[in-house]
Amino acid sequence: MTSTRPNITGANGDHFQSHYIPNTTSEQAEMLASLGLDSIDQLFTDIPAEFRDPALDLPAPLSELDIQRELGDLAAKNRPLSSGPSFLGAGSYNHFIPAIIKPLITRGEFLTAYTPYQAEASQGTLQVIYEFQTLICNLYGMEVANAGMYDGATSLAEAALMACRVTKREKVVLADTVSPTYAAVIRTYCQSQDIAVETVSPSAPNLDAKTACLVLQYPNFFGYIEDLQSLADAAHAQGALAVISCDPTAMGMFQTPGHYGADIVTGDGQPLGIPASYGGPYVGLFATKQEYIRQMPSRLSGRTVDKNGKTGYVLTLQTREQHIRRERATSNICTNEALYALASTIYLAAMGKQGLRQVAELCYHKAHYAAEKIGRLPGYSLPMSGPFFQEFVVQCPSSPTEINKKLIERNIMGGLDVSDQVPNGMLLCVTEMNSREDIDALITALSEFK
Amino acid sequence: MSPDDRRYTQEHEWVMIEDAAAKIAVVGITDYAQDQLGDIVFFELPKVGDTVAHLGKMGEVESVKAVSDLFSPVDGEVTEINQKLLDHPELVNEDPFGEGWLIKVTMADASGVEGLMSAQDYDAYTAGL
Amino acid sequence: MKQGGNRQTEKLLMERSVPGRVGTVLPDLDVPAQAMPDSALLRDELPLPEVSEPEVVQYFTGLSLLNFSIDTHFYPLGSCTMKYNPKVNDEIAFLPGFAGIHPMQPVEQSQGALDLLHRLQGFLGEITGLPAVSLATLAGAHGELGGMLMIRAHHLANGDTGRTKVAIPDSAHGTNPASAAMAGFNVVELASDKNGNVDLEGLRQVAGPDLAGVMITLPSTLGLFDTNIVEVCRIVHEAGGLVYGDGANMNALLGRVKLGDLGFDVAHLNLHKTFSTPHGGGGPGAGPVCATQQLAPYLAAPTVTKQGGAFALSTPEKSIGKLSSFHGNFGVLVRAYTYIRTLGDAGIQSISANAVLNANYMMNALRGTYHLPYDRTCMHEAVFSADLQKERGSSGLEIAKRLLDYGFHAPTMYFPLIVHEALMIEPTESETKETIDAFIQALIDIDREVTENTELVNSAPHSTPVARLDEARAARQPDLRWKPEAAA
Repeated sequence: MTSTRPNITGANGDHFQSHYIPNTTSEQAEMLASLGLDSIDQLFTDIPAEFRDPALDLPAPLSELDIQRELGDLAAKNRPLSSGPSFLGAGSYNHFIPAIIKPLITRGEFLTAYTPYQAEASQGTLQVIYEFQTLICNLYGMEVANAGMYDGATSLAEAALMACRVTKREKVVLADTVSPTYAAVIRTYCQSQDIAVETVSPSAPNLDAKTACLVLQYPNFFGYIEDLQSLADAAHAQGALAVISCDPTAMGMFQTPGHYGADIVTGDGQPLGIPASYGGPYVGLFATKQEYIRQMPSRLSGRTVDKNGKTGYVLTLQTREQHIRRERATSNICTNEALYALASTIYLAAMGKQGLRQVAELCYHKAHYAAEKIGRLPGYSLPMSGPFFQEFVVQCPSSPTEINKKLIERNIMGGLDVSDQVPNGMLLCVTEMNSREDIDALITALSEFK
Repeated sequence: MSPDDRRYTQEHEWVMIEDAAAKIAVVGITDYAQDQLGDIVFFELPKVGDTVAHLGKMGEVESVKAVSDLFSPVDGEVTEINQKLLDHPELVNEDPFGEGWLIKVTMADASGVEGLMSAQDYDAYTAGL
Repeated sequence: MKQGGNRQTEKLLMERSVPGRVGTVLPDLDVPAQAMPDSALLRDELPLPEVSEPEVVQYFTGLSLLNFSIDTHFYPLGSCTMKYNPKVNDEIAFLPGFAGIHPMQPVEQSQGALDLLHRLQGFLGEITGLPAVSLATLAGAHGELGGMLMIRAHHLANGDTGRTKVAIPDSAHGTNPASAAMAGFNVVELASDKNGNVDLEGLRQVAGPDLAGVMITLPSTLGLFDTNIVEVCRIVHEAGGLVYGDGANMNALLGRVKLGDLGFDVAHLNLHKTFSTPHGGGGPGAGPVCATQQLAPYLAAPTVTKQGGAFALSTPEKSIGKLSSFHGNFGVLVRAYTYIRTLGDAGIQSISANAVLNANYMMNALRGTYHLPYDRTCMHEAVFSADLQKERGSSGLEIAKRLLDYGFHAPTMYFPLIVHEALMIEPTESETKETIDAFIQALIDIDREVTENTELVNSAPHSTPVARLDEARAARQPDLRWKPEAAA
């Protein structure tokens, strides 16, 4: 595949003209002449000669038609969620996505704009962020929300770091029912800053005066809803913050984390109109109380007026951020996931007051229907009890991974194998995307696997 | 011209003795400082009862696109902060030597003030920046 | 063009809400209703808007029209590489076999995705000369954090616990010191010399047993190739430190030089800059980390490995751990793969050739009109100073705002911090000579306006949806969400 570098000035006739690059060889020659040069190579002489123009082992260029074929073939080697029933959740959820989202987020005016630093030229993006901040606050019952983080895990890790700044303490306590992935990311973020990370059972949270925060998930990793009021109170009793990672879909019916006194609420915005896309891009949600606003990471859009008194929006409180405060910034985050904050905003607008409630209730009833039936199958049981939303753990008669292999033969994607946490445990997720027929097919299949 | 009833630091704070007997001094930032910062939007100031040290960091001042440390011109204990600044940081832009004062300090030792720049020296110093 | 009625964008979603309107119709419940939980667990109010689908489409379309974007305007933001974002990349990322796959589905069900990621690791390793690649980091700054954690892990694995300091040039992007601090290091600033290179004398002074490494952007944010770079790497290595490369400006170097050859140990790439994935109004991006084989064991998890004929997700032996929920910003990675595969070897080299040519052509045409603090051959961008215009009454900010009236997005302003009144202009390779000529003419015209009609320039922009905004008010009385009482 090794090729020699073609002479891009075209002198030797092996010039490659990309359809993404307008300059022709004669235009290049004209521009070079204005510089008193005759070769583009002369612009690169600051690069030490011994390292300049190395061999580049990349394949040759492809036409768009060839690209569509090659990538289409690769895509066909994956099993999309649309090809059959799926009961996988565990942090990425299969929900209905209204058709309006894709055409709106792929409008060039949104898709190909930069971060809205130049406010007069970016009012569309800035007003969208303000809408996003409003709706996330309303969803979570919180006072302020930012313009978004990378994803659910990094949002939660940044919340833990923020709690340490607010409390000036250096111990983060995680409920052992928080997603293992989220816990792993928190550990990575905390490792270098000498912040201790401890794990507790939510039934007996052992907190002390050194605890910066108690980190909870709502619903928890296994789908169940904990006694958030008592847990938040326990954190507050020690002067620690209550940090809650919360599934936004559950907010269609369940009480807000703000109601329980959460100090920082995070989440993954993926369920709000964002495709699973093998894990990203998603958008991290991040909300807190007004009093902690100056310790928040990431961008904020604020409403103000222009010099003629007309309402407009700007990025504000930027002194928190890395481009001004540098090594003392609240976070290093710069690029976030603005386009998917837009997708979530459109989703919440389209779903609205009634739609999100319906989605949540569809998930709730279907998941409970499935759980009740599966729990009564011989060999299967529900090892956890209490209220849950759309996910639950089933204890299987044999290895969940082996059962999943048999389910795939029937074109059913089973749940996540969590047998490292619950013996023969399978974490199942049922959403509005699963019809009764799908659920009954799963139940029938499971009944045949021992 | 900076007022000559007070002394100045190279970091653009001023200190004025309010009550020599009680060793009470008022501290603020200069007109030059507010002009360089532009529209001031926020102060992070020490709390009443905190100890501040001569030329030690005592807080921060933020404009829209900059943040600067504030340094105490004197050693002592903070006895009052200008509450009006919490809602109206622009007072420092409008009247840095008067209404826009930052904190009052009971000085451990009033003699340190004499080592700071006079108004004349400070104006000459800023003219050279 | 003006929009009337409900297509106007002034009213926010909650203000548009009319009780009873719906934006989506969902299926009926097809299973028996189940017992509801204790009502104490349920919320009463769900304060979301009630708007119909046409209103949603019209409102967001209207908002989009308030933006400048690459598709609608030349967008020469320095260090941001606002190049054309190919549409086929989006089309491919939206294929159900890519957009519709679950991150936790068995690897047997996602071999195509893993194959693509494995190939992309190879491409990026080849382009940088740093063959060990993790795609798990989600933006440039996220990659910086990952890379700096790897440097930390490397020193600690060697029992070298005293390396607490990271040196960063004064011209660096703010994410560099912020990321180094998040990785637990103390930051020391490195001065630039009069040619815009890292000052070697200053570097020698900090290159001691406590130096963990340096973070270098190449070309620098001055748009210059640091001619001391090999010596910089040598000095740092001799002191036992490692060299981190900020790949924000890689568009200049594609196929021209490999960071690994120059002595860099670990670097991130900004796929949303160099590799054409759309910025989306501030993201998503992707910030893969590329490193030497020596640092491979520390890469963030997961990486994609090939075992026999099958691809798998793996955790490197001494990995710094996980930095994101799943496997990286896959949709962005698909776009970047498609871009590299489309351009191929010859196209990749054509990017840097034309990006650097366009920047030098523009710099040369504006030399004499705008001050060039470092007047030497630039790379993909040129940094001017508006000092000459400021003497006549208009600052860099005002010139940038006036450009909006000419239909051009402003350049990056007041960065790098070491240049007064900086205007940092990056035309990229995907603009035509006609556009660049028109932009040059606009800057020449504005320079004349500064002399002839300073007020016109200083009160710009005049043609945008809003005039200059009161940023002080926004920061003093933060209004960060719509509240019902504010509507009255």
